[in-house]
Amino acid sequence: MQVSSNQFVEQASEALQQPHAVQTRDILGAFLPPVRDNAAAQFGDFQALRDHVEAVRKHALENLDHYLAQYEEQARDNGNAVHFARSGDELNNIVLDIVRRHDARQIAKGKSMITEETGLNAVLESAGLTVTETDLGEYIIQQAGEKPSHIVGPALHKSPDEIRELFLEKHNFGPRELEDAPAMVEEARRVLREHFLAADIGIIGANALIAENGYSMLVTNEGNGDLCANLPPVLIVCTSVDRILPRAQDAMAMLRLLVRSTTGQPVTCYTSFYSGPRRQDDPDGPVETHVILLDNGRSDILASDYSDMLQCIRCGACLNHCPVYISAGGHAYGSVYPGPMGSVLTPLLSSLEDANALPNACTSCGRCAEVCPANIPLPDLLRDLRHEEVTRGLSPGRWRFGLKTHAWLARHPGLYRWLTGLAVSLMHRLGRKRGGLAKLPMASGWTSQRDFPTPEAGTFMQQYRQMQDAADD
Amino acid sequence: MTPNLEADSPQSPRYRVALFATCLADLFRPSVAFASIQLLEEAGCEVIVPEAQTCCGQPAYNTGDYEATIPLARSVVAMLEPFEYVVIPSGSCAGMIGTHYPRLLEGQWRQRAQDLAAKTYELTAFLDEVAGLKRDEPSNSGETVTYHDSCAGLRELNIRQQPRDLLQRLCDITVSEMDQTEVCCGFGGTFCAKMPDISAKMADDKLANASQTGAAVLAGGDLGCLLNLAGRARREGADIEIRHIAEILAGETTPALGKPQD
Repeated sequence: MQVSSNQFVEQASEALQQPHAVQTRDILGAFLPPVRDNAAAQFGDFQALRDHVEAVRKHALENLDHYLAQYEEQARDNGNAVHFARSGDELNNIVLDIVRRHDARQIAKGKSMITEETGLNAVLESAGLTVTETDLGEYIIQQAGEKPSHIVGPALHKSPDEIRELFLEKHNFGPRELEDAPAMVEEARRVLREHFLAADIGIIGANALIAENGYSMLVTNEGNGDLCANLPPVLIVCTSVDRILPRAQDAMAMLRLLVRSTTGQPVTCYTSFYSGPRRQDDPDGPVETHVILLDNGRSDILASDYSDMLQCIRCGACLNHCPVYISAGGHAYGSVYPGPMGSVLTPLLSSLEDANALPNACTSCGRCAEVCPANIPLPDLLRDLRHEEVTRGLSPGRWRFGLKTHAWLARHPGLYRWLTGLAVSLMHRLGRKRGGLAKLPMASGWTSQRDFPTPEAGTFMQQYRQMQDAADD
Repeated sequence: MTPNLEADSPQSPRYRVALFATCLADLFRPSVAFASIQLLEEAGCEVIVPEAQTCCGQPAYNTGDYEATIPLARSVVAMLEPFEYVVIPSGSCAGMIGTHYPRLLEGQWRQRAQDLAAKTYELTAFLDEVAGLKRDEPSNSGETVTYHDSCAGLRELNIRQQPRDLLQRLCDITVSEMDQTEVCCGFGGTFCAKMPDISAKMADDKLANASQTGAAVLAGGDLGCLLNLAGRARREGADIEIRHIAEILAGETTPALGKPQD
């Protein structure tokens, strides 16, 4: 997976320099959390549902070999070709093979994070194919030549004005107003309809794979997934091994959790189950269907201390509730997976060397874990990744040395008291009249953006000791 | 404000409490520790300040240096476990001991950490739930106060209502609630120094939400957050007084954080 995650701090600082984008994100940061929180509250015992689905997911992952084999057998019985891809390149090549075999020219795609992860579009386009993203958000960023900023709402960073300008520039419909969102949606529908009808191959993702019947489940709010799946003669489902659930009822339980956590709806407008190619008497549907299951490091995650991360159902609630994500924006993470889930997943799918900034993009505020429908202890996993950075010498040496020294000093109270007493008394003398210090040696990270409030005269332990001694005399 | 060390201690204190002052209060805001002693004594506690206390180890722990944290955590456990209760004027340090020590330590140390966790309280939780501190006549400074819910206290220890109830009961102060009171202020320990621009943005949001209430005082239960907010408020010229809740409850009159001291 290609990432530019180690420039997170610089990328975030740039993002903070753009007032309009900051404002758009602030609106989302205020709007999205209550949407989820209200839906969870109205459900009743949402925590019980979370615990149930977590148990199901854990069970499925612990028995992944069994359920994958069952899924594969069922899906083949339904008439699907089932492929396993160890890496992103393997998935892309499998798709290319299918495309070439059918001499396809045009591809209509539903929203798929897996193909974002593998960079499929660029591969298909350089092979001369026309790829059209049909999820409205994905379509917008494809037209703008951008990457998703959010795993569920890829174009959430775009304001209505920007989208209007984009459509006026990209769609050749002459002078027109496009005065509001419905007008823009209507125009996108008109454009996309042609692409659905012209496509030789449809590509979609999956929210779940059901082992007992070999179906894949997909949720959308636009119905574009169904058009990609049913209109072109060939369908390719690109998904990953960790989407497996044992039973149809598990997918239904997961669905109730997923949609409330994502958009606050009880259910999405479209929830579809794809079984396979059209049968003899079916009036429509694809004649050939493929399912490609990507591993791309997931087996390694399953065997690691980070296996809880595979419980993720890609709802995006952790992004919406993360103040660092809302401040920095999704693009700063330099990965298709941003926010708290992305800060865990990105280093695991690429490498800690390439993404060691991300586990530090966290104040340990715990809001992500509070809302994660899959009960993933995200702050703990992020801290464990920081532990690995320390162990492997990936974090800055002066930080490691400074904190190690501090922890050592803290175990030697006499010396600690003496040194901190000196520092505090100096800080007090320098800053007592003004109330704050604008510069401090070895603390430029703090003082670059804030003063240090002047300490009182003498530490508590010094003052307390003096008072006790005075009381004893 | 100084504790009344010379007063006769009650015949039999209701609780024998060790105060873990926290490194931030020890070094940068002794008023918080003195106010805590005063409140605990008012609640009928005998307060002991263990001599060897320094820091709970959060800076190294949150940065991922578990190896440097473990020996420090063990010495804190050994220092505090003899006491009936341990009270800490900080949700994040109380959460460190109560939630993270048992996760970090192993074997017999984990058991000892769990035993310690069971009797370790954040200050407002102890005053409200255990000691049930009351006053015959609530003191009232006439201040309007808004309250920032610090993350660790809120999410690890479920501290939300206790500080508000104490402000109401002891000081007749109804908190003027700000928008997004449960969102992080951008401190995050070493986060604020590693990613200062993002941290400053979060602090600005918090200060703006606090200012919008019209409250004169922004109170909280964690000095990390408060130092961050007071430092940012000073840098940006935001006019709000920032104080630890212990200072308000105890009627502490030391200049607020970041204000001139003479």
